[in-house]
Amino acid sequence: MTQTSPTQSSADPTLGPVARFLKATEIDTRLLGMVGALVAIWIGFHLYGAIVNGNGAFLTPRNLWNLSVQTASVGIMACGMVLIIITRHIDLSVGSVLGFTAMVMGIVQVWILPDYLGLGNPLIWVIACLVGLLVGTAIGAFHGWLVAYRGIPAFIVTLGGLLVWRGAAFLLARGETISPVDATFALLGGGPFGAVGAVGSWILCVIACASILWMMVSGRKARKAHGFPLRPLWAEYTLAGLSCGLVLAATLVVDAYPWPKGIVSQYAAANNITVPEGGLFISHGFAIPLLIMVAVAIAMTVMMGRTRFGRYVYAIGGNPDAAELSGINTRLMTVKIFALMGFLTGLSAIVASARQTSATISLGQLDELYVIAAAVIGGTSLAGGVGTIYGAILGAFVMQSLKTGMVLIGFDAAIQNIVVGIVLVLAVYVDILYRKRAK
Amino acid sequence: MNKNGTPLVEMRDISISFGGIKAVDHVTVDLYPGEVVGLLGHNGAGKSTLIKCLSGAYRPDSGDIFINGQKAVIENPRDARSFNIETIYQTLALADNLDAASNLFLGRELVGAGGFLNDAEMEAETRKIMGRLNPNFRKFNVPVSALSGGQRQSVAIARAVYFNAKILIMDEPTAALGPHETQMVAELIQELKKQGLGIFLIEHDIHAVMELCDRAVVMKNGQRVGTVNVNEVTDDDILGMIILGKKPPQAY
Ligand SMILES: Nc1ncnc2c1ncn2[C@@H]1O[C@H](COP(=O)(O)OP(=O)(O)O)[C@@H](O)[C@H]1O
Ligand SMILES: [Mg+2]
Repeated sequence: MTQTSPTQSSADPTLGPVARFLKATEIDTRLLGMVGALVAIWIGFHLYGAIVNGNGAFLTPRNLWNLSVQTASVGIMACGMVLIIITRHIDLSVGSVLGFTAMVMGIVQVWILPDYLGLGNPLIWVIACLVGLLVGTAIGAFHGWLVAYRGIPAFIVTLGGLLVWRGAAFLLARGETISPVDATFALLGGGPFGAVGAVGSWILCVIACASILWMMVSGRKARKAHGFPLRPLWAEYTLAGLSCGLVLAATLVVDAYPWPKGIVSQYAAANNITVPEGGLFISHGFAIPLLIMVAVAIAMTVMMGRTRFGRYVYAIGGNPDAAELSGINTRLMTVKIFALMGFLTGLSAIVASARQTSATISLGQLDELYVIAAAVIGGTSLAGGVGTIYGAILGAFVMQSLKTGMVLIGFDAAIQNIVVGIVLVLAVYVDILYRKRAK
Repeated sequence: MNKNGTPLVEMRDISISFGGIKAVDHVTVDLYPGEVVGLLGHNGAGKSTLIKCLSGAYRPDSGDIFINGQKAVIENPRDARSFNIETIYQTLALADNLDAASNLFLGRELVGAGGFLNDAEMEAETRKIMGRLNPNFRKFNVPVSALSGGQRQSVAIARAVYFNAKILIMDEPTAALGPHETQMVAELIQELKKQGLGIFLIEHDIHAVMELCDRAVVMKNGQRVGTVNVNEVTDDDILGMIILGKKPPQAY
């Protein structure tokens, strides 16, 4: 047989202990680097706050919970941007499309539907969401069609889209802010009631850990069945422990963030509960926007790794001619990829406008830059063919952490922009160095 | 080889030009089952362009293609594949960022329950066929960009022969191979020929042409100089056709 022996990967004596660990667990160094950078940013901001301002506010349940909510909108779109960039395109329009879609949903649920269905009808939020997703998808598909079938570079199509959709959003509502959105709709944006609470979080925690373990066991079985090389057992245990530990830590953090006093007394009054002397501790738990983002990330990861669609995305990015010669309909794929980007932008518009409980004319402004930066910081190569969903999510956390952290320690907007800009350029430079070395 | 029946492939009066350059100029070629037809000519003669009309990469400006005597409409590579036409391109046409198995099955992935890719099965199949074509091949889990020229070429060859082609197009299949691997490809061609495939072989090495091909079609400046039965001519006759465009009396 031509295979390497199962244990060879961990037994190479020429490697140091760290390299051996990485090789056996198959954790890629890039992922490690990103996690390291994120942790460094978190600790850095916390210490800076603690030392300079006498108040380390970053590593608190409250801030981390807020961070998770704030990251969701950009994170959801970054998942789609990964596909766009892998196939050597770009989408500069997502911020404007988000603004436009949110405006459409706002009009549907505030101006139109209540007249027909009555205020607070449970169908309102469902219809509004469907309309938003549909509009987003249609806009994306249209962009994709212009790129694929009319041969206009994506840069130009979406640069035009950036102006057109922002302008269209203004015209739709003549510049007015549309609020308040439907009460159920608003839950999709987070907030004390837009989270699943302590019990819900623990249930999700258990489900997540069980799924992780099941995936590792069945993955190992499949490798064994085909006689492919296996990871050493200790590496499997380490990986399982790390993954489940992470889920557990996240659960503990979101459960440690209680509802504010005002909300608690409001809730207690509404449910005839007497608040005890020391106050009631009601946990937020995982916020719904975060859960939406995680669900999107999981679905997209499966799609990229385990379906034809994902395989074709990578193939087109690696060599568009080869993909075409292999019988892949690369034009139709481009339309689908842009449509998916539009769908995710619509989803993100739901989260973003629900969080604000309004649709404003400036919603989503500059988001395209944060989304592209998230994808690129997460290791998506602008040369095409390379990129991961988890990387983009991490990238979104990095971008949002920088933004939040600078607000917390009192940097003004000008400095924030300078830092974010520098980080983006630096991230691409590091990526180039990394790829040179890997060759 | 039976040349009295209908040809497997007939490309009739094919022309295609790119911005004024007549890359292929009224060329007619045919191919019978179990036959190897060599396509010869200098660089730029139009060989690759001609076969790309058959593989669906290009659409000819004029001319018709017949498969088993039936007029065939080949508008894209998917159409060509549906006629059991497989191609090894001169450029290999591999997605560099994907591994050997993903390239081998690109566009024709094996899927299991729920439409999910069956990567394990694809890798196992790839190991099988590579074991036959290139037993030294080990690099199954790395992107093909990490492979040597010869290894990449063997992946491209494996992809063309895996799917039970009836018509095989090989555009300089041994360009990146060493002498030993070249010999293996020669044996592979003989074997496929025995199985009744028709093969278009673009090849520069005149000795390989004399050894492997039944007929040779020589092209120059997009035009067909002539076609010869290889056993009726010397290699000098063929070289004369390639270099001078001189047609020997046996040619037609
Ligand atoms: N896609 C293309 N665009 C423009 N010109 C082309 C294209 N493909 C081939 N040609 C031209 O057609 C001619 C024939 O090329 P080719 O078929 O590759 O020759 P060969 O394979 O015999 O070396 C050349 O002059 C080449 O420059
Ligand atoms: Mg050629």
